[in-house]
Amino acid sequence: MTSADRWLLPDGIEEILPPKAARLEQLRRDVLDLYRSWGYEQVFPPLLEYLESLLTGAGNDLALQTFKLTDQLTGRLMGVRADMTPQVARIDAHTLNREGVTRLCYAGHVLHAKPESLTASRSLIQIGAEIYGHGGVASDIEVIRLMLETLQLGNCGAVHLDLGHVAIYRSLVKAAGLNESREWQLFEIFQRKAVPELEQFLAAQVADQPLRAKLQALVSLAGDQSTLAKAASQLAGGPAEIGQALTDLTQIAAAIAQSHPQVRLYFDLGELRGYHYHTGAVFSAYVPGMGQAIAKGGRYDHIGEVFGRARPATGFSTDLAELVRRVADAPAPERIFAPQVADPALNQLVQSLRAGGHVVLQALDASQTPQSLGCQSVLQQSGSGWVKVAVSSL
Amino acid sequence: MTASLRIALSKGRILDETLPLLKTAGIELLEEPSKSRKLIFPTTDPNVEIIIIRATDVPTFVEHGAADIGVAGKDVLMEHGARGVYEPLDLKISRCKLMVAAKVNVEDTGARLRVATKFVNITKRYYAEKGEQVEVIKLYGSMELAPLVGLADRIVDIVDTGNTLRANGLEPTELIAEISSRLIVNKASMKTKHAAIQKLIDQLSVAVENAAKR
Repeated sequence: MTSADRWLLPDGIEEILPPKAARLEQLRRDVLDLYRSWGYEQVFPPLLEYLESLLTGAGNDLALQTFKLTDQLTGRLMGVRADMTPQVARIDAHTLNREGVTRLCYAGHVLHAKPESLTASRSLIQIGAEIYGHGGVASDIEVIRLMLETLQLGNCGAVHLDLGHVAIYRSLVKAAGLNESREWQLFEIFQRKAVPELEQFLAAQVADQPLRAKLQALVSLAGDQSTLAKAASQLAGGPAEIGQALTDLTQIAAAIAQSHPQVRLYFDLGELRGYHYHTGAVFSAYVPGMGQAIAKGGRYDHIGEVFGRARPATGFSTDLAELVRRVADAPAPERIFAPQVADPALNQLVQSLRAGGHVVLQALDASQTPQSLGCQSVLQQSGSGWVKVAVSSL
Repeated sequence: MTASLRIALSKGRILDETLPLLKTAGIELLEEPSKSRKLIFPTTDPNVEIIIIRATDVPTFVEHGAADIGVAGKDVLMEHGARGVYEPLDLKISRCKLMVAAKVNVEDTGARLRVATKFVNITKRYYAEKGEQVEVIKLYGSMELAPLVGLADRIVDIVDTGNTLRANGLEPTELIAEISSRLIVNKASMKTKHAAIQKLIDQLSVAVENAAKR
């Protein structure tokens, strides 16, 4: 064993040190307080679960991202959560099993067996909120607003909100009647928005001319607010779901423009992120200077089915470790030095200062000075009592 | 708000053939890159700068957002497995073929093939789709040598004229893909700088069409 083997951490696994750790913890509390003030109840899903419950309904991508280990009690395979959303969905559908609308939030570590992008971490601190039991746009609007509020706490500045709706693509692909491998090929082309390849694919695989034109149009339907009108005319005569999807997006966009006029709206109707479990409106937030979305979410109405109860669901999550990057350090608190003296009066003062939110460091032996402990003030004996004096005035 | 754009190009053929296209969009280099030690080059458009890097690094820079836009060969994209970038436009430049080549008149012995290539991922995928298990040997250059000295039975490489193959007693046997250079775009940039990028894509696609007519 070389000495590097003793301290080297695995690729993409980070530890968070002062002062960032303090900033991150503050942000975590602020965000969870925000969710509580919106009526979201916090849950702590387990760090690991049997693979069946962790991965059911979530698609192949998540399976590849999940670290797996064997439960030595049962011999069954377990996974360390790579995404808390399916866990929270299970809690809602099976464990809580409430009627009506349930609002849940969560924060905790997730591990990715493969990093999501070249520079992504493999240990993320996922924080997010979900609404279960409501199928209309009102719940989509609420979670998008909450996501934007979250980003504001992270000091994200000019946020770009990307809106899409997977039902548009889904209904067109269904109409095309492709087999599984062809459908995968088309999905892959859409993810890369590879216009030239799409032309070739459609010419070979989709005979229906109007349908072909719609799929061809969809890949480039992206841009500002005018995209929705363009979509309505270019996709006219398509499956009925498309009209509903465009109406949903129009309503969501209007509501967000009203509550968050500073947010720049962008529409991308061919966006298929999370296509395998999303069912409706999908959204993600981008901040300048970052090559990936900072927060993302969307509607996933069927995920509860496998846990016994189909529940409409929508929500979002973000990575706290990424979000905290833009948060400035809080001004360092005053550190108060207490000498190592056995005096009940001193002990009492230290206790009451600490209870009042002050930072008090008690010397462990006589060699320690206020300077060596980085303190700005000192508790000094004055007559029968103790007073606080600034180090600079000594 | 005019967002500034960074374009990643690679030295050689791609740079030479992309610059005329960019010129039609009003983007020209202010100095000759081969005579400079600079890594970032300003252009006649104050909002656009060009970086010149190795071809295989272009998808990495663009996927990460270190460049908003790049030009990369389809071969590089296929090998990189670039699902993290958009490929909205075929620039129809730097065309060539990605092919399997073997010694002339070589017999198929039925034994497991050894294939020398720098395109390890493409080669594995290609033979897997054919239902054939092969050993892939990663080389960084002079692929043609491998069959001659018994290191490999086949090679997978870019074929332009085929002259190097013939000069070494090899012949192309199977076409894997037609290659040309693609415009690639970072996904976040496409959303946050949409107006500027879409305008450039539109201008370039007109330039590509015009070039095809000539």
